[in-house]
Amino acid sequence: MNPILEMQKISKRFPGVIALDAVDLEVFPGEVLALAGENGAGKSTLMKVLGGIYQPESGAINIDGKTTTIRSVSDATANGIGFVHQELNVFDNLTVAENIYLGREPRRAKFLIDRSKLNSDSDVYLKRLGLDISPHTPLLELSIAQQQMVEIAKALSQNARIVIMDEPTSSLTLTETERLLSVIGELRSQGVSVIYISHRLGEIKQIADRVVVLRDGKNAGALQRDEINHDAIVSLMVGRDLKKFRRQEAPVETKPFATIQDLRTRRFPACSNSFDVRTGEILGFAGLVGSGRSEAAQAIFGVDRALAGGIYLDGKLVTIKNASDAIKNGVYLVPEDRRIAGLIVDIPIRANITLPALSRYASAGLVSRKRESKRAAEMCEKLNVKAPSPETNAANLSGGNQQKVVLAKWLSLNPKLMIFDEPTRGIDVGAKAEIYELMRELSASGVAIIMISSDMEEILGESDRIAVMHEGTITGILDRADASEESIMKLAVGH
Amino acid sequence: MRKELGTFVLLVVLCVVLAILNPSFLSSANLQNLARLIGIYGIFSIGLGLVIITGGIDLSVGSAFALLGVLLSIFLVEWHLPAAVAVLAVVLIATFLGLINGFLITRVKIQPFIVTLCGLLFYRGLARFVASDETKGFGSASGFETLQSMATGSVVGIPTPFILLVFISIVMWVVLHRSVYGRYLFAVGRNETAARYSGINANTIIASAYVFCGLMAGISGVLLAFYTNSVSPSSHGNFYELYGIAAAVLGGCSLRGGEGSIVGILIGTALLQVLQNLVNLLGIPSSLNFAVMGAVILIGVIADQLLRQRQAARSVR
Repeated sequence: MNPILEMQKISKRFPGVIALDAVDLEVFPGEVLALAGENGAGKSTLMKVLGGIYQPESGAINIDGKTTTIRSVSDATANGIGFVHQELNVFDNLTVAENIYLGREPRRAKFLIDRSKLNSDSDVYLKRLGLDISPHTPLLELSIAQQQMVEIAKALSQNARIVIMDEPTSSLTLTETERLLSVIGELRSQGVSVIYISHRLGEIKQIADRVVVLRDGKNAGALQRDEINHDAIVSLMVGRDLKKFRRQEAPVETKPFATIQDLRTRRFPACSNSFDVRTGEILGFAGLVGSGRSEAAQAIFGVDRALAGGIYLDGKLVTIKNASDAIKNGVYLVPEDRRIAGLIVDIPIRANITLPALSRYASAGLVSRKRESKRAAEMCEKLNVKAPSPETNAANLSGGNQQKVVLAKWLSLNPKLMIFDEPTRGIDVGAKAEIYELMRELSASGVAIIMISSDMEEILGESDRIAVMHEGTITGILDRADASEESIMKLAVGH
Repeated sequence: MRKELGTFVLLVVLCVVLAILNPSFLSSANLQNLARLIGIYGIFSIGLGLVIITGGIDLSVGSAFALLGVLLSIFLVEWHLPAAVAVLAVVLIATFLGLINGFLITRVKIQPFIVTLCGLLFYRGLARFVASDETKGFGSASGFETLQSMATGSVVGIPTPFILLVFISIVMWVVLHRSVYGRYLFAVGRNETAARYSGINANTIIASAYVFCGLMAGISGVLLAFYTNSVSPSSHGNFYELYGIAAAVLGGCSLRGGEGSIVGILIGTALLQVLQNLVNLLGIPSSLNFAVMGAVILIGVIADQLLRQRQAARSVR
């Protein structure tokens, strides 16, 4: 059988990173191909190239043996490629049928929507997926899983022969996942090919005809149906040379400085987690995207109030109802999304740095610009922020320098426990090294540090101990000596 | 500062043109009246400006004027309350109305537009009901002559409302542009999430802006009632919130929040009053009043937008 799709030597670079390095991929008709790899291995980038969202620097795409250029999403659609994104692109103010045919509505008298045709046409595809949803239903009334099915129906209605699903089960319940997998089986029997991206190895084992694994933007290997098993996938996913970067073993006190007890977050109300952070320790938090690490961080910092849980600093219970309480107690968060939560990008660096403790630069409620500027200049110098002046708007800085400004906000205070959520995401190599250096200095000076990271190298290289989360629960806390990519991956996928 | 400059140039040009076309623009009677109106409008425009800086809006100010005016008349003329008590009561009621807005917006999480639109309808209806839909006035002001002459009078030729505006502006300039609280207002208006992540209690800050806006509306409301000297509950204060919003926007406040200045709001207020004056002095049919104002505001905003696009294009290059 000839492949329906061949992607050959696809390369794609972003500023500072090579996301894809000559990656090959073949898909056969009626095949369910699982695409596996760690966070950042290049799976989503590869699919976005296929879906017309990114243009590759080099490489060729052949569909039915013919070289095809995919310049846009509509090119992809015209070539029979449907994309069900992880973040659903649906309109919940429209009905199922209106969503399926958005932008291609059947018409009467040129400008009226032909409602009966709209609904009956939609019904065909819903039936084909074996769904019991009326095309009239407002999308608002459907579950996330059902909305996803509507996206699949939409792809079919555009004559998709290859359907890409990017982590379709990340927000589904177990039964919904089963339902989705049976729909995928249905598609396969109708000759539709599915490219299935998932972190959940169990699902891959259950549904995939073949697995292609990417690692660091390159092909790491492929497994046929009868070779697919948990360990084989994991070893292909992680098989990188281990650890040039591992830092010097630091003498760590065993005394816990911060104790988090029975923390429950709104996102995972049923999961309760307890852990310690020791004085001068960097506690890494590993896990797959969406495993509940950021939610835990936000609950500790008080921006998303915890449902339950006690936070003890130095043996004393502290009450954190909001971020202001956390800041008073020396608990700081460097959030994942620095452009939205970390900084106010369209005000000067100076104002960002002084914002969390503005009253320190004020007397009688009036801010002293002079004191602010002095402090901002000091912090920019100390953290090596590359900016024309502290009056530059944060928006005009590179990612690495923006992150340094976020750090400067907190380091000009008196940190006791600092939580870094993906501290080096989207940051170039030079700034990365500076941020690691800073974290080490902080931990050496007695600040307890929690570092959430999806970057395996970072987790292994920078942490003293590693807590691994899976679907809202800490599945294990590894000592540095026991930690390896494989042991972390096993805990992260819930084994 | 550059943002206000355009409006300021427009204001100066209008004044010069107006003075040339009709020299009585510069007569002391006209200037005094102009200053008085700028004072009354400026005070509540500053309140609205603060609300707009937090990214909100208050549409209820005009109707609140009707309710406050009616109450003031009832307190003084019918209940014979001491002048100080009556004024204090009216100002406190206005502040309380602002507190209700703030509560509904930050705690119940209803959009500011909707909350204050309901206020617009509710206060107007309440004013008409309380006054039995009759025009209320202050008559010969017997018993509160001092209050009336203070509200409508002048000190060394400068109308009291204008003096009050200057005083409030200075205080609020310091508060907005120099104080911790002012910085928080801008931060919350610009990016509420990042402000919360910096430990700022965004809800309190936002609610306080509505309370302040109520307070300013209370002060303006008293001055306005004495200025018109009669309060017709169905028309008193109609559209006044829009003058305030227009003044703030002309003065560089962004309806997206996080931008604006006291000086800008003052220039915006003055511009609107000079326009009104222009319509009167040049003998333009007063029915065109709103049309002139709408056209000038639109021209101002378009000019500002074009200027900004050109600047953006230049900074890219």
